[in-house]
Amino acid sequence: MPGQVQSIARAAAILRLLASSSGRLGIGEIARSLNLPKGTAHGIIRTLQDVGFVEQDKTSGKYQLGATLLHLGTSYLDVNELRSRSINWADPLAARSGEAVRIGTLLDGKVLVVHHVFRPDDILQTLDVGSLLPPHATALGKVLLAYDVGAANAVTQREPEPYTRRTLVTARALTRALSEIRDNGWGAEIGEMTPGEAGIAAPIRGYGGLVVGAIGLSGPVDRTCDGSGNPRPALVTYVRDAARAVSRDLGATRW
Amino acid sequence: MTERFVVAIDQGTTSTRCIVFDRRGNLVSVAQREHRQHFPRPGWVEHDAMEIWRNVGKVVPRALNQAGLSIDQIAAIGIANQRETTVVWDRRTGVPVAPALIWQDTRTDLVVEALSRASGAEHIQELCGLPLTTYFSGPKLRWLLDHIPGLAERAERGEVLFGTMESWLIWNLTGGPDGGLHLTDVTNASRTMLMDLRTLDWHPRLLSFFGVPAAMLPQIRSSSEVYGTATAVLPGVRIAAALGDQQAALFGQTCFDSGEAKCTYGTGSFLLLNTGTEPVPSRHGLLTTVGYRIGDEPALYALEGSIAITGSLVQWFRDQLELISTAPEIETLARTVDDNGGCYIVPAFSGLFAPHWRSEARGTIVGLTSYITKGHLARAVLEATGWQTREVVDAMNADSGLELTALRVDGGMTANNLLMQFVADVLAVPVVRPMAAETVSLGAAYAAGLAVEYWPDLGGLRSNWHPAARWVPEMDAAVRTRERENWRRAVERTFDWIRPEEDPARR
Repeated sequence: MPGQVQSIARAAAILRLLASSSGRLGIGEIARSLNLPKGTAHGIIRTLQDVGFVEQDKTSGKYQLGATLLHLGTSYLDVNELRSRSINWADPLAARSGEAVRIGTLLDGKVLVVHHVFRPDDILQTLDVGSLLPPHATALGKVLLAYDVGAANAVTQREPEPYTRRTLVTARALTRALSEIRDNGWGAEIGEMTPGEAGIAAPIRGYGGLVVGAIGLSGPVDRTCDGSGNPRPALVTYVRDAARAVSRDLGATRW
Repeated sequence: MTERFVVAIDQGTTSTRCIVFDRRGNLVSVAQREHRQHFPRPGWVEHDAMEIWRNVGKVVPRALNQAGLSIDQIAAIGIANQRETTVVWDRRTGVPVAPALIWQDTRTDLVVEALSRASGAEHIQELCGLPLTTYFSGPKLRWLLDHIPGLAERAERGEVLFGTMESWLIWNLTGGPDGGLHLTDVTNASRTMLMDLRTLDWHPRLLSFFGVPAAMLPQIRSSSEVYGTATAVLPGVRIAAALGDQQAALFGQTCFDSGEAKCTYGTGSFLLLNTGTEPVPSRHGLLTTVGYRIGDEPALYALEGSIAITGSLVQWFRDQLELISTAPEIETLARTVDDNGGCYIVPAFSGLFAPHWRSEARGTIVGLTSYITKGHLARAVLEATGWQTREVVDAMNADSGLELTALRVDGGMTANNLLMQFVADVLAVPVVRPMAAETVSLGAAYAAGLAVEYWPDLGGLRSNWHPAARWVPEMDAAVRTRERENWRRAVERTFDWIRPEEDPARR
């Protein structure tokens, strides 16, 4: 059995200490209470602050529990914040690929479109921010399901609706597809929602690598896929680069 | 042949950036460096022009390195700059005689007050298109001439030179004391109060009104033409454009036809409407300014309406009221309710600007009932930006006789879908965000590329412009009329709040 991770145990102790104290605590008070060197306590506090579990009062410099802790169960990244942080990467993705770009998150088992950039061809298009897409039949949705076991189980148990002949409707097919997405780090949908249309998507990660959304492009199969019916590698690279760039901006370090 | 690129230098209020663009107008690389803001006294804001020039020398090579480009791949340089900021420097040594006075600096309020009582003051706006206020370069230059010992005499003798930021940078890029070119462009010159809007030249009556010796002034050139060749930073590359930042954004948004308008939504917001080849005097509190001038073609004019408080109202909601923790969360909070619940916020934090110009007005929240939640307040915050845009557009339509048919938008607040939808709703025209977010830099690059035939013509630039998002009006006309009237009544309630003896600025 692996040993205890000391810094996590200390972080938990700091959270308990802040929760039980009536007011805010200074770094010195925290260090003394837990018998930790000040530098060690500070390092842990800083990390807890980055993930939103601890907040620092601007005037006194003292610490308290962060508001994030109160709604840990709900999505921790505000969807409008996600759009704001990704807008500068979604535009170049659309410009480079020549296709429409969407960013999505899971909401009650559906994909909520958080951001939409038009295809750069000046043909009249309609903004569909706020609309809901089926998770099992879209690249965005499958990528989101691949990193959310609970949501994936819920979808497979409900007998997903077949949109086309190619829609993945069995638990086995879907489970295999999601596992492939985790192996590759990106996912695609080819004619599974609308015949002749395809999509490519990759996960957006926040602190600690937690998947907070997906970014992807979609367009006709003859533009987005190569002769053998696979997504064009150049487009896959564009999508993954954009996803990585947004993730870096959100504080994910490894991606 | 290797691919070539255009370099834009965006010399802004807080930072200097270098952005490299390719032929399709795509951003290739960016480098940025902030400079220090000096606040020596209340109301004073200064920059060190030397620091800014050094920063240009740092960001340009960095942007080229990032993209792996060599100097011979750069077709031209274009400059966009913070407007009205005033620099005076020694022609022989190249050293500024004083810190640069920034557009926000209000030390000239007494100068402006005295000038507004001087004879001839009533004809100033007719000639230069601008009302007498602290923003513009003329009063700032007057202040420097009055307060730096011996400067007025040295200016008469032509030993010191005046310029806004683009003049300062072009002079340094082309050799500085060693043969540097001393020039400005029509858009920047149109913010000095010293230029005749019609002749596009310094006007003797304006010079004598502000007491500015002609010997210290730069030559006024077009916004898009080859000024000369750089000897520093990018030696051998042609400098081919200069525009004030808001005019650059107008150009970057490809608002080339009369009736086309753009609004940049930031801390404050700037709406510019292209009014064609004749300057349109404003009877509704707007500024008349030059939009741009390409080579020998006639200049294109613009009406400008600035809104002091837009993004900064969201910042106030976040930092002072602490009802949200990040700016984008205002949209989430606003969406917890369906409408404003009858509540309106008028952010006249330091008076009302265009089109009201009421300095004694102060902000207000009206329509409060026990029903109002923080969600309604969040709505009211966003709606304030929408209605202020509407007021400026109404003034523009009235002044120009043009009817706005669509509004092109850029800036940070365009990420807020609820706000953009509301702007479309209250203007009753589509609101369009282009794919190129960096419209200021893009405008400078476009103007420079045009001058060296990197891009063939305005049509070529237009074909690079693609909408990334488009919001169409959905609001019922009756609702729009009712809400417009409510906003008007809310604005009225801000009037006459500060009494003259209470105004701390006048103590």
